[in-house]
Amino acid sequence: MGRFKEKQEKGIPAISTASLPDIVFILLCFFMVSTTMRETTLIVKVRLPEATEVQKLEKKALVSFIYVGQPMKTTFGTESRIQLNDQFATIDDIQDFIATEREARDETDRKFMTTSIKADRDTRMGIITDIKQELRKSGAFKINYSSRKLAKTVN
Amino acid sequence: MGKKSLPEINASSMADIAFLLLIFFLVTVTMDVDTGITRKLPPPVEDDSKVDFNQRNIFEVLVNSANMLLVEGKPGELATLKDETKHFFLNPANEANLPEKKLENIDLIGDVYVSKGVVSLKNDRGTSYEMYIKVQNELTRAFQEMRDELAVEKFGTKYDNLTDPAKQEAIQAVIPIAISEAEPEDIGKTK
Repeated sequence: MGRFKEKQEKGIPAISTASLPDIVFILLCFFMVSTTMRETTLIVKVRLPEATEVQKLEKKALVSFIYVGQPMKTTFGTESRIQLNDQFATIDDIQDFIATEREARDETDRKFMTTSIKADRDTRMGIITDIKQELRKSGAFKINYSSRKLAKTVN
Repeated sequence: MGKKSLPEINASSMADIAFLLLIFFLVTVTMDVDTGITRKLPPPVEDDSKVDFNQRNIFEVLVNSANMLLVEGKPGELATLKDETKHFFLNPANEANLPEKKLENIDLIGDVYVSKGVVSLKNDRGTSYEMYIKVQNELTRAFQEMRDELAVEKFGTKYDNLTDPAKQEAIQAVIPIAISEAEPEDIGKTK
């Protein structure tokens, strides 16, 4: 009886929560590492077209983006322009851009590289065709016409 | 519990602070999933020598600067493009003006007729990108549906639900996405 009493006096020992912050910090770190922070400020207007048969872009680290659209600031005119990285570019810059993008990747990853064309829906095809020709010349054959996913309609 | 030499700092709020940070991060991170229509460009051709394609194997789709369609020489519509493409590619009645088919033996599927049909998509420089994507989308849908139908017939499940890459490859071998985006030189002539 005496022994039993002793135990009751002790009560349930509190679970130590000292490691909880560490667990949460590990979670936080995981999120920070796994999310890619792409810091490209758009200087062209891009309203993506819509399509139903879209595929997800895998391996974001291997994707280079080409933006096409009207400049945000009207002082640059209303003609559709190409944006590479953070600045306006011309058709001739695309080959250099692809070369730099390729240099930045591992040799083993280079064949998986994709170029995503993010063009405004009102762009004329002329500029897109020119871009496609440049990409072909630079050997970047895998392309992706970026478009928003639209729910499939049953026919 | 003996004598207290140093008062312990209460660390229980640390978890709360870390959680707040975590939540802040989760909210600010934009999880925009990039989606789009994937295509493979053909390698550049050195000379102008035209690859000879039998005319019956080519399904010509033209989009002009007013975003109007010309399908096989006749004005077409976006709504019917998918079914026309499917009918052309599969050639169910073995018509003489539709693509040839070749009997091939493919792993996991066996002997099947593989269509030699190719969709040739041409556009004008003035075509709007939105229209171009719509046409591409319809063509993709046609091929996707044909793959689904074949997958259901052979493996009992839709193409996207096939888990075995070998099965996917087999389907791909029977129905390749044969969409050719024409050389821009051709565009000038059709303009």
